[in-house]
Amino acid sequence: MRRAGVPIAFSQGFSPHPKISYASAAPTGVASEAEYLEIGLREPVDPEQLRAALDAALSPGLDIMDAVVASGGGLADRIEASHWRIELPEVEPAVLDRAVAAFTAAEEVQVERMTKQGRRTFDARAAVISIDVVASPQTPSGAAAVPCAILELVVRQVTPSVRPDDVLSGLRVVADLEPPVSPRVIRLAQGTLTAQGAIVDPLDADRDGAAIV
Amino acid sequence: MSVPSTPPRPAAANSVWPRLEPLLPQVTKPIQYVGGELGAVVKDWDTATVRWALMYPDAYEVGLPNQGVQILYEVLNELPDVLAERTYAVWPDLESLMRTHGVPQFTVDAHRAVRDFDVFGISFSTELGYTNLLTAIDLAGIPMLAADRTDADPVIVAGGHAAFNPEPIADFVDAAVLGDGEEAVLEITTIVREWKSEGSPGGRDELLLRLARTESVYVPRFYDVDYLPDGRIQRVVPNRADVPFRVHKRTTMDLDAWPYPKKPLVPLAETVHERYAVEIFRGCTRGCRFCQAGMITRPVRERSITTVGQMVQQGLEFSGFHEVGLLSLSSADHSEIGDMCSGLAEQYAGTNVSLSLPSTRVDAFNIDLAQELSRNGRRTGLTFAPEGGSERIRKVINKMVSEEDLIRTVVTAYTNGWRQVKLYFMCGLPTETDDDVLQIARMAHEVIKAGRAATGSKDIRCTVSIGGFVPKPHTPFQWAKMERPEVIDGRLRMLKQEINSDRSLGRAIGFRYHDGEPSLIEGLLSRGDRRVGAVIRRVWENGGRFDGWSEHFSYQRWVDAAAETLPAFGVDLDWYTTRERDELEVLPWDHLDSGLDKDWLWKDWQDSTSEYEQDDCRWTPCFDCGVCPSMDTEIQIGPTGQKLLPLTPLNGAGLKVPTHTHP
Repeated sequence: MRRAGVPIAFSQGFSPHPKISYASAAPTGVASEAEYLEIGLREPVDPEQLRAALDAALSPGLDIMDAVVASGGGLADRIEASHWRIELPEVEPAVLDRAVAAFTAAEEVQVERMTKQGRRTFDARAAVISIDVVASPQTPSGAAAVPCAILELVVRQVTPSVRPDDVLSGLRVVADLEPPVSPRVIRLAQGTLTAQGAIVDPLDADRDGAAIV
Repeated sequence: MSVPSTPPRPAAANSVWPRLEPLLPQVTKPIQYVGGELGAVVKDWDTATVRWALMYPDAYEVGLPNQGVQILYEVLNELPDVLAERTYAVWPDLESLMRTHGVPQFTVDAHRAVRDFDVFGISFSTELGYTNLLTAIDLAGIPMLAADRTDADPVIVAGGHAAFNPEPIADFVDAAVLGDGEEAVLEITTIVREWKSEGSPGGRDELLLRLARTESVYVPRFYDVDYLPDGRIQRVVPNRADVPFRVHKRTTMDLDAWPYPKKPLVPLAETVHERYAVEIFRGCTRGCRFCQAGMITRPVRERSITTVGQMVQQGLEFSGFHEVGLLSLSSADHSEIGDMCSGLAEQYAGTNVSLSLPSTRVDAFNIDLAQELSRNGRRTGLTFAPEGGSERIRKVINKMVSEEDLIRTVVTAYTNGWRQVKLYFMCGLPTETDDDVLQIARMAHEVIKAGRAATGSKDIRCTVSIGGFVPKPHTPFQWAKMERPEVIDGRLRMLKQEINSDRSLGRAIGFRYHDGEPSLIEGLLSRGDRRVGAVIRRVWENGGRFDGWSEHFSYQRWVDAAAETLPAFGVDLDWYTTRERDELEVLPWDHLDSGLDKDWLWKDWQDSTSEYEQDDCRWTPCFDCGVCPSMDTEIQIGPTGQKLLPLTPLNGAGLKVPTHTHP
């Protein structure tokens, strides 16, 4: 923010903090093409100029795609679901097919994860809106010679959050699926959920107002 | 500033990234191994003629902010045909995975194998990093002993303060550089470039010989050490023609000509310091007898107020940091520190930029400066360092502070609104008695009493922080004996009781200390000779890593390794640590010239025991420590009479939108 010259607003009080909040950040070790944050400003700026300035100030690989003026309501309220892609190198697609079928058939799938509050057990099934093995996979990143199964997931935002690794734990629970190497996870989208189970860009609601500065 | 200096990470042909990446989800804080920081530079491998890997031998979070490495990284990368990348100590979790999967020690910039570089430079601020050096050499696939290396291996060069006695690591490094690095790395680069362009005549041996002939690069293999029957050193002599008898330290004289770092590294991971640090001067002639930094960095060389102002402006603009540290060994001693602080406070008023000064000088002026710097609202902590509890011991160490000075200063801080101050002392100093240490408690009690009286409030505190004394080479205490850890720990226990002997006062005093064991080992390493290399190696083989971290340090492992290796040489751990040396003993670093005259050091050591106080040569006549004539240098201090240039405040500048599109 400072490098980009953004007139960021600060909280009041003894040690003022810049007004930045991140909505549902992806876990460590997970790639993402759809992260969102809200910032509070002292004065209006042109959103496109803000986007360009922030993008230039950030490290390569961290790209700012869009900025809009918030018309009201918190960003967090608009994050209802996430769309993930999980690449599972050295896993045969047919094996993954069977595991997914078992997972889908289950009413609930209890998984365990260490959280800040200690070890927790929760259901990883109910939050999963769709789970599909991609039929004709594009060449995944990295080595192409080995088999690689690809999974696409749409997961509802719930508490405790169900993350891609929880779904993988679920596949282990229902079908003993043990990926031989670390899976590569990418968040493709997050936002509001339509009745058809599609994800809508959470900034869409503000886009009409973007021109008004 | 429009386009980031870092290009998108190229898929370097020799990158280990594809093999490293799958390991990262399995380790703690994987982001420390990823690179991609603002200020990081990735250059084309094939077009570079001289390639440096620079290491700070500690965890990334400690190593990244290191000024020395950042400066050399930038100085080297400014040369078009030179490439410099950084590497840090990997945590044991990743080390073990790297061994299993055959991933070598790598740089964080382009993830290249360290062994592929021409020069592998390591900066040692402390001797406790030696075991991490061995891990890095081993993980890199480089032979552990310098004698076993071939032309396929990089030349390993040690630098930093610990390099003023590199003898304990003489078997593991190929060379050591004493003193300031800016010009030294350029000279080494020139020699490597020429040697390579000639087709590397004579191989590794010839290159090392060319480096040694500069008289400022120490190549241990060209020197033989002979020992007396009682274990002391008889002599250290060159075993090759035209290698100098003594190797001299480097001194960079004009700091205004070397305004680095210009583009400080801004980490994505959390690190110990996140600030723009600018050295306002180098060297110190206060003459504290325990202080190696003050002795080996003489003479004092100030950076001018105008250069400091420009560096702060450009450094903040580049980095986006909101904290500035004005660093040096005794920052309040800069001849224009008053104008510097008020000028910077003025320029950054209302911008959320906070300024800090490492404050150790015990006088009211220090508080004026801190007041000035806290105009922005954020009040930095105040630390005063009387170092010794009794008047007597302060004379021994040449810390000229009276108890009245200290109490007056701390009371001034309390009356100016500070609720808490930190007082720094040492334990284990030469000639120290139990009483000298107990005086610390009395002093702290007096401080609280005076503070309560002056402010009429009970809401004031002080923290007493105790460090263990370690005698260091090239200081007047290089001959001194260390106290045993049991004695130190006993004194610290007594001190704690004494502080709490008055419950009301004791409640207002915090007490922090380090126990004596790590200090003893640091003492072994700092004054060790080549035979200590066997101890380091044994400790490393037994799992010693990150010895500067209390959770990783094992005293027993060092004691055991010393007991297994040193008797073969007729010496032991005590011989290196708790033994006082006499005037005529050949010290392991006598052939390494810090500029200080050994006769003067001995006289100052004798003066200390007679409690004679030595003044500062910036304000009183030269006392012939030997540095200026032998190094052909002189004190460089102001005042210049210049003012800080008026600058556009960062805040009013508005959005910095790039002029051309960024991909």
